Amino acid sequence: MIPRSFEYFAPQTLDEAVSLLGKLGEEAKILSGGQSLIPMMKLRLATPPYIIDINRIPDLNYITELNGFLRIGALARESDFEVSPTILSRYPILMDTTVVIADPLVRNQATACGNLAHGDPANDHPATMLALGASIIAVGPSGEREIPVESFFTSLFTTALRPDEILKEIKVPIPAPSSGGAYLKIKRKVGDYATAGVAVQITLNGSGVCQLAGIGLTNVGFVPLKAKETEAFLTGKTLDDATIKRAAEIAAGESQPIDDIRGSAEYKRDLVRVLTARGLNRALIRAKGGA
Amino acid sequence: MAKFGIKVKVNGVERAAEVEPRLLLVHFLRENLRLTGTHVGCDTSHCGACTVVLDGRAIKSCSVFAVQADGREVLTVEGLEQDGKLHAIQEGFFQEHGLQCGFCTPGMLMTGYAFLKSNSNPTEDEIRNAIAGNLCRCTGYVNIVKAYQYAAAKLREGGEK
Repeated sequence: MIPRSFEYFAPQTLDEAVSLLGKLGEEAKILSGGQSLIPMMKLRLATPPYIIDINRIPDLNYITELNGFLRIGALARESDFEVSPTILSRYPILMDTTVVIADPLVRNQATACGNLAHGDPANDHPATMLALGASIIAVGPSGEREIPVESFFTSLFTTALRPDEILKEIKVPIPAPSSGGAYLKIKRKVGDYATAGVAVQITLNGSGVCQLAGIGLTNVGFVPLKAKETEAFLTGKTLDDATIKRAAEIAAGESQPIDDIRGSAEYKRDLVRVLTARGLNRALIRAKGGA
Repeated sequence: MAKFGIKVKVNGVERAAEVEPRLLLVHFLRENLRLTGTHVGCDTSHCGACTVVLDGRAIKSCSVFAVQADGREVLTVEGLEQDGKLHAIQEGFFQEHGLQCGFCTPGMLMTGYAFLKSNSNPTEDEIRNAIAGNLCRCTGYVNIVKAYQYAAAKLREGGEK
């Protein structure tokens, strides 16, 4: 399958990329990992007349903790997460997320920033970033601005990025001590999108009470969902079995799945319930220093 | 549409060409360079038959534009054999009967080549995870896993090969 013809630009700096984007207008598409964009172009679901390839821009491939935040650069590949000492030692939720995306070959190209910028509710990083309370740094003609991931996904395949902005970085607040998280996904086979996925991140205080809870849901709505009622319910509670059971029911109620080839809405809602309970239990173990 | 000049080192040889930006790397290899060892299977980024090694990483060449390989190094199945001697991963497939129809084999070999560079003593689970992006419809994967194990052992004892 051959994509429609397009004009190709390979800028050497971010400034150059932004100015190209401003000049070419909203029909131009940014190419980073290309593992969603290129298949869509081959199927002619996307026919952008201009491609701006940001892969030649130096210094965008980083996963690093700096000034209170974990910072993930636009060209950090999924497979970079799997070998990052920072991720391996301190962010099991991100490791959970990365290893269930597509397959190892796709992960060698695909980027986490692209996974957000694409705006697909079936992608996995959005739920995790919602749970972690992350934001993104967008760079445009008038400089940088920060957008909370919570307000980033505006509708199906649509984000708060303006047509002249590039997603430069994901910024995750470094979790406080006694925090733990997990991402769980049910899929039919390797390479499939989630039938449903749930990301959980919690912080406990000295007496084991949940101080902060983040819950994100994958592919059970037209946008990635933040389960705010569940988060509010969990905050200030000790996470015993009855609380976890109730939280899982609330999360299921907050999901908005539809019937499709991956299952009925009813089945997916129940998956959200089961995965939320499992996720909370795993996050609790991790918050207490376990694996 | 304007053509784009690229220079790609393929199997150690510098190749220059003028290509349309929409030309996929797999078509550049197969049609421009006539290196037809790299296969087009599903053409939708699922099967891994088109796997090549780009700057040390195994990727699906049906999902990368040739222009993206400009100034970079590509290794294809044609580049595995050196001085008339099979690479250990090729020898593994030969010895362990790791193929039947052979269609997925170039992709399986390239994934294995890159994987064994980063993990010289993999467990069966690690091997099965590494080939999760390469589909085989003949073997049931059992002999492919054995072929990887053979190659890993050979590389560990011999260094080169």
